[in-house]
Amino acid sequence: MNALPLILTVFVACAVEAIEALTIVLAAGITREWKSTFQGMAVALVVLAAITAVVGPAIAYLPLTPLRLVIGALLAIFGLQWLRKAVLRATGYKALHDEASAYLREVTAAETAARESKRGVSDWYAFTLAFKGVLLEGLEVVFIVITFGANQKNIGAAVIGAAAAIVVVTITGIVVRAPLTKVPENWMKFAVGIMLTSFGTFWGAEGAGVAWPGNDAALLVLVPVVALVSAGYVFWLRSRKAAVGAPARQAEVVSS
Amino acid sequence: MNRIKAFGAFWYDFVIGDDWHVAALIVAGLGLTAILTHVAGVNAWWLLPLVAFAALGWSLLRATSPRK
Repeated sequence: MNALPLILTVFVACAVEAIEALTIVLAAGITREWKSTFQGMAVALVVLAAITAVVGPAIAYLPLTPLRLVIGALLAIFGLQWLRKAVLRATGYKALHDEASAYLREVTAAETAARESKRGVSDWYAFTLAFKGVLLEGLEVVFIVITFGANQKNIGAAVIGAAAAIVVVTITGIVVRAPLTKVPENWMKFAVGIMLTSFGTFWGAEGAGVAWPGNDAALLVLVPVVALVSAGYVFWLRSRKAAVGAPARQAEVVSS
Repeated sequence: MNRIKAFGAFWYDFVIGDDWHVAALIVAGLGLTAILTHVAGVNAWWLLPLVAFAALGWSLLRATSPRK
């Protein structure tokens, strides 16, 4: 299979996670202290790089068929989670993810937290906020890079897609110096959900022993079909909501 | 003990998410696909996409239906 779909899928998925991590890092850096924020970010990146360096090559030694079965199942489950949230957001059953309000929440919490020096870090709160934010958002990136890369036997291409997304988001964040609120994050998540579900279903079924008609070309049909079915669910829920009267929009804002 | 619980809860939320039924249906769909393919000799490439669409639809219906 061409590496381009792999790189593009990983790029979009990682860009979404990087935007969320950027919001947390900006809140910690601007409200508290940049030095401790960068330290927290750096430690999280080292941990993520170590996980990728250990798990990535180790997984490449596993036989492809059981690998595709397990990773396909995980990706399909993961992708359907993303799609479920995206459909619920698109139909107003779940609040849209809003970087501006997420940023305000982090800033409010950071302003009220006490300052404490610990283990050579001058502001422990800024350190842990940046560390947790980058690590948690980064774990999803690592998961996508390893699963896509291992299945395609091309972890290098997946890493290129992820690294490009992180560089683009970081540079944009430095230029804008604010959370990236103009990015159509919810629609990007919809697209990622479609790709993860399609690839997960494709690889999972292959791992279970099926031969797809047209081999890899089946993905060219599967991806649009998953997109159409998801759009159909959005249409169905909107129609149903209009018929029964709109329920109050949930106040929760989920992080991913 | 609390840390082990929190660690387990994090991974459960990370992998399974808000609705465990979706994960259960996908695993069942994969099992059935393997049985059809290897035991019955049917190339059931169509089964897993159908299970995924059904799982998503059912999960959305549950999430948007008024609670009893």
